[in-house]
Amino acid sequence: MKVNVKYFASIRESVGAGSEQLDTRCATLGALRDELIARGGSHAQSLARGRAVRVALNQVMSAEDAALSEGCEVAFFPPVTGG
Amino acid sequence: MTHRVSIQTADFDVAAEITALRAQDKRVGAVCSFIGTVRDRNDGQSVSTMELEHYPGMTEKAIEQMIDAAFKRFDIYAARVIHRVGPLLPLDQIVLVVVTSAHRGQSFQACEFLMDYLKTQAPFWKKEQTPEGARWVDARVSDDQALARWGISSDNSAV
Repeated sequence: MKVNVKYFASIRESVGAGSEQLDTRCATLGALRDELIARGGSHAQSLARGRAVRVALNQVMSAEDAALSEGCEVAFFPPVTGG
Repeated sequence: MTHRVSIQTADFDVAAEITALRAQDKRVGAVCSFIGTVRDRNDGQSVSTMELEHYPGMTEKAIEQMIDAAFKRFDIYAARVIHRVGPLLPLDQIVLVVVTSAHRGQSFQACEFLMDYLKTQAPFWKKEQTPEGARWVDARVSDDQALARWGISSDNSAV
């Protein structure tokens, strides 16, 4: 399925892109994160397990067991610091 | 009704926003506001400029939901949140929260609730320019603790 992936803040800087479209068989957010980590390089570094990474699915903060669907929007970002 | 949430690069006029929020509402007996501004120091370093990034779309939705939650929880009449993004300088205004109610208690509480919520759940990120270079601001445990006082758990600052 097609998934739109977005990156923000320090993660956007380290992966070197704000967004990309992926074709994936992953069922969940967590599986997608692992697939991106498996690419190695800056993706592996910035999304590594043990790092503070927050995930949103269709613009709602979500747990990693949330299920992906065709055309969904996934975002990876560090802890938020607004206000 | 005017917009409840604005994300903008432009500065905001606090007096004009308050006037607009309480306009013609004779039930209002209390107006509480909070304004967050850019400090020239953070975590022991001087800060010359700050850049605020956000997640367009999600930010507005998240804050709208926080305002809905504030209406459910407190007896308030109106609420307005403005948050700036883009480059900012020390002294600049960053964020405005205004709430109206009949008596002060409810709007004081709703104002603080909205700020505590926004700090840990709205997708904004601050990057500061310091003498040692640019750095992304770290999330604070104290902000999660502030939200926990309202019975809402947050692990924003956790690894």
